[in-house]
Amino acid sequence: MDLSYTPEEEDFRARLREWLAKVLPTLPPKPSPDDWPARRAYDLGWQRTLYEAGYADVHWDASPTLRLIFLEETERAGAPYVGANFVGLLHAGPTIAAEGTPAQRARWLPPVLRGEEVWCQGFSEPDAGSDLASLRTRAWRDGDDYVVTGSKIWTSHAEVADWCELLVRTDPDAPKHRGITWLAMPMDATGITVRPLRTLAGSAEFAEVFLDEVRVPVANRVGAENDGWRVTMVTLSFERGTAFVGEVVACRRVLAELAVEARRNGRWDDPVLRRRLGRLEAEFRALWRLTQWNVSGAEASGGVPGVGGSVFKLRYSHARQELYDTAAEVLGSDCLDMNRPWVLDRLSSLSYTIAAGTSQIQRNIVAERLLDLPKGR
Amino acid sequence: MRFQLTEDQSALRAGVRELLDRRFGREALRAAVDAPGRLDRELWRALGDAGFFALRLPEADGGVGLGLPEAVLVFEEAGRALLPGPLVATHLAAGSVAGAATGETVVAAADGRLVEWLEAADVVRGAVAGAVPLRSVDPLTPLHRIPAPTPGEAAADRRPPDGGETHTAAGSRPAEASAHPGSGADPGAAGGEHAAGASAHPGSGGHPRAAAGGRAAGSARVGGGSARAEAKPRVGEAPGERRQATQPPAGTGTGAVGADGTGNPAPDPVAILLTAAEQLGTAVRVQELAVQHARTREQFGQPVGAFQAVKHLCADLLVRTETARVAVYAAAVTGDAADIAAARLLADEAAVRGARDCLQVHGGMGFTWEADVHLHLKRAWVRARRGGGGTESEELLAARLAA
Ligand SMILES: Cc1cc2nc3c(=O)[nH]c(=O)nc-3n(C[C@H](O)[C@H](O)[C@H](O)COP(=O)(O)OP(=O)(O)OC[C@H]3O[C@@H](n4cnc5c(N)ncnc54)[C@H](O)[C@@H]3O)c2cc1C
Repeated sequence: MDLSYTPEEEDFRARLREWLAKVLPTLPPKPSPDDWPARRAYDLGWQRTLYEAGYADVHWDASPTLRLIFLEETERAGAPYVGANFVGLLHAGPTIAAEGTPAQRARWLPPVLRGEEVWCQGFSEPDAGSDLASLRTRAWRDGDDYVVTGSKIWTSHAEVADWCELLVRTDPDAPKHRGITWLAMPMDATGITVRPLRTLAGSAEFAEVFLDEVRVPVANRVGAENDGWRVTMVTLSFERGTAFVGEVVACRRVLAELAVEARRNGRWDDPVLRRRLGRLEAEFRALWRLTQWNVSGAEASGGVPGVGGSVFKLRYSHARQELYDTAAEVLGSDCLDMNRPWVLDRLSSLSYTIAAGTSQIQRNIVAERLLDLPKGR
Repeated sequence: MRFQLTEDQSALRAGVRELLDRRFGREALRAAVDAPGRLDRELWRALGDAGFFALRLPEADGGVGLGLPEAVLVFEEAGRALLPGPLVATHLAAGSVAGAATGETVVAAADGRLVEWLEAADVVRGAVAGAVPLRSVDPLTPLHRIPAPTPGEAAADRRPPDGGETHTAAGSRPAEASAHPGSGADPGAAGGEHAAGASAHPGSGGHPRAAAGGRAAGSARVGGGSARAEAKPRVGEAPGERRQATQPPAGTGTGAVGADGTGNPAPDPVAILLTAAEQLGTAVRVQELAVQHARTREQFGQPVGAFQAVKHLCADLLVRTETARVAVYAAAVTGDAADIAAARLLADEAAVRGARDCLQVHGGMGFTWEADVHLHLKRAWVRARRGGGGTESEELLAARLAA
């Protein structure tokens, strides 16, 4: 058990810190959360800056430990979040890197790294959420194209995406996990309609995507036909791997800010609230250790994030909600004022136990894969 | 960074598990339940032989020369096996009480107003005069209560709530501890070689005092005669000289110095960490028991573990256990008082809630004396009271946040 970093890792951290201190003050102001084109431009601009400084591929090529340091330091310095680059950098990109042909890697990976193209994830459907493998969006072969018809839902960043990693059913007669194919769909193809959905926070984070005989070249298929489920599992394990490192760092900062606010407004004198904050500090310290533990585990297993991600996600989703519920206690009646800090975050935190696999589904995974309990019916 | 067990650490853990399976298996456990208050001296010596107590003593002093990370692995196994006896107190005394390291001497210690295994111990650290036996909730942990002090003393001993200075428990390695055995020793007591009370653990508020230049004064008074080693104490014996409230507040924050009014020193962060490791062991064990039962017990034509309500209880058991595990291991590596406080909160939760859920998964069987579940729950309750309880740790972490 060793929590110290090697000289090379410390060196990486020091150079990164120095660079961040130089570059962050030169960034343009953050755009309004409602201005999608501006958000896209801002997020891509940040990725471009990373690319030019040689940090673009830290999500793919660096060791898990360097990735951890990168995410820790960028968050600590207040650097922009991956934002619209999320799917490209953390889902589609790693999938193409692992499963794509050389030509596919050459076509799609560099624009993601250079901050030129945005990806979205078209997995969920109105009737296929937790039971993703029951998805029904159909694709037929027609010459060198697949013709796709169906609908996707909850597609984050669909409005500003260039590409969609799309799951389609190519063999409706096969068992449900065996008839799925992974396609890269250009979002400007004819037959695509994007209808934004408003979240409970009032913003338009995700959308419905209707597909009406959209032609996607067969060359855009990653992996074999009907092998899309396996290809997808690669993506999901990345999603639950180091994706939340920066957020844990951010949560710890918020917790410290809550303590400052509580002292300022006098609520610190309430021992119940004070101890609740103390307990949250324990929680987030532990979540940071769990991150380090999982990263070391991934390092030992050759970089593939394991089921430990489900353990982390379960605990973290809950802790994040508890953090912002506690923030509401610190704010008192101000917690009803949307202009106060943390109020919007409290609303956003509600999605954490749903998105990327609900907590119930994560518990199924933990129980069946880690504890070997019998599959439910 | 390589935050995983090394091969040696895995081997150590496996070795201890094997030893405990062999020397303290289910039969021995149930025999111990049937003979409450009796400590198996032969087992205790076997533990000594295996290096259980001397684990962190330098090799030059006849110890094993390992550190806190190894110690938490060993205590995790002890917790998992429900090993009875004042394990933490004896382990912490290994550097200063003759015979503790080898398992010849059983050492108990006052903790707040409670003391575990008072009558079975050869040496008791801390002021325990007038202690009266409780009817312990845990059949495997005899308990005495130390009488409350007079109101004046109690008030004077209170500590302000935020005493959370940085303090590393790494400083309480016995090697270092032996450098200042004087603090609190009453050389006249118990043959003098038992440096008593806080002496082996400068961690218990020792460093902040030293930093304040108060060690000389402290050594005369801190824990003074109150933290004396008494050979074969007899309950009800005249108390040692009680420490007056002259001592500055402890900086560790892990426990109020004398907040309980007994004048006994604040709990050593290492004691709290090792207790957390034992709690982790309980969490691991109750998870195993729950999952075993869920896989084998059938109702409605299927194992009850196929029902999601049961499955999810089991998943939560694992999540709490693994979160507590990394908190305990990391605290052992850093020795930081706040990390230790976090570890204790997470481990208490994992053990206590884990045992409760395990009981639920067992159905009616879980409510019996015969099933082991209640033994784990009760022990977890006992451990959760140590070192001032979780409140102290929450306050310490809150103080850290606000610092
Ligand atoms: C903010 C946000 C962003 C998202 N972004 C994307 C995106 O970009 N691309 C994309 O493809 N998807 C996205 N999603 C969709 C997300 O993956 C799904 O919402 C999620 O998988 C749950 O599916 P569902 O909404 O259909 O709920 P359902 O599956 O209908 O679940 C309803 C309830 O039933 C429970 N339940 C379902 N099955 C089981 C079971 N077997 N055992 C126990 N309980 C069960 C669930 O836990 C839940 O409580 C996003 C969702 C959110 C909230």
